Amino acid sequence: MKSAVIVFPGSNCDRDLAVALEEVSGTRPIMVWHRETELPEGLDLIGVPGGFSYGDYLRSGAMAANSPVMRPVKDAADRGVAVLGICNGFQILTETGLLPGALMRNAGISFVCRDVPLTVENSQSVFTSRYEAGEAITIPVAHHDGNYTADEETLDRLEGEGRVAFRYAGPVNGSARDIAGIVNEGGNVLGMMPHPERMIEPAHGGNDGRKLFEGLLQAIG
Amino acid sequence: MKTRVYVTLKNGVLDPQGKAIHHALEGLGFSGVNDVRAGKLIELDLADNVGDADVEAMCRKLLANMVIENFRIERVADAAPAA
Repeated sequence: MKSAVIVFPGSNCDRDLAVALEEVSGTRPIMVWHRETELPEGLDLIGVPGGFSYGDYLRSGAMAANSPVMRPVKDAADRGVAVLGICNGFQILTETGLLPGALMRNAGISFVCRDVPLTVENSQSVFTSRYEAGEAITIPVAHHDGNYTADEETLDRLEGEGRVAFRYAGPVNGSARDIAGIVNEGGNVLGMMPHPERMIEPAHGGNDGRKLFEGLLQAIG
Repeated sequence: MKTRVYVTLKNGVLDPQGKAIHHALEGLGFSGVNDVRAGKLIELDLADNVGDADVEAMCRKLLANMVIENFRIERVADAAPAA
């Protein structure tokens, strides 16, 4: 699996994501600085990592969404390359328009940093094929702006098309319909607030995130 | 020319910050505050040839997120700095 992890000023989960990808796939991802205007050839997966790109100025992910590297990332996503956005990565993908909706300040105002129970809603995507539909898993979250918001029509469409990938098993941040992660229409772009890369081996306190990377490896080589 | 862009949350979008501010005001003993909505004020110092359509494009592309926010553009004729 040839993968790349995009690095923005203020990314802080880029190395964790790289470690997880290498651990599961055996291949080290290429780290790509946000100023790049081209991506390496032949990528199977692009990771948009968590963190606080540009200090969350203006809105979380708004500045990063306009970084030069996001143009080729968008082009790759349109060609069907798998794109995984985690936490700030999810915020960036909504700001670029690759995913619908927006991530607002948590309803409880506080930063939420804890392990949360999730339900895998859709096990058909390239990201979730190793999970069972309805499977209960635990993955940590660490965010201030994870309150997923979209209009009712968009939410109904996401539900109807099976594009809600993960749902919080209980309230976490005020997200509409407890949505924790969604995929795009083509199914090749996933955005999620929880951090699967922080749950890939028992020493992390659990390995429920590992199957996401194993599934990706299986699906896209 | 100085131009102010006010970015506010759309009606119906929950504003946790506004709610917290409201709560804090009540805690300080200020009564009669029915609701609080928090937004952003962005001041732009623009060259004379930058038109309204340009500012609107700036708002739509970056300054506001049209999924959750509205914007209002105010041209300030007076060059004096905002208080």
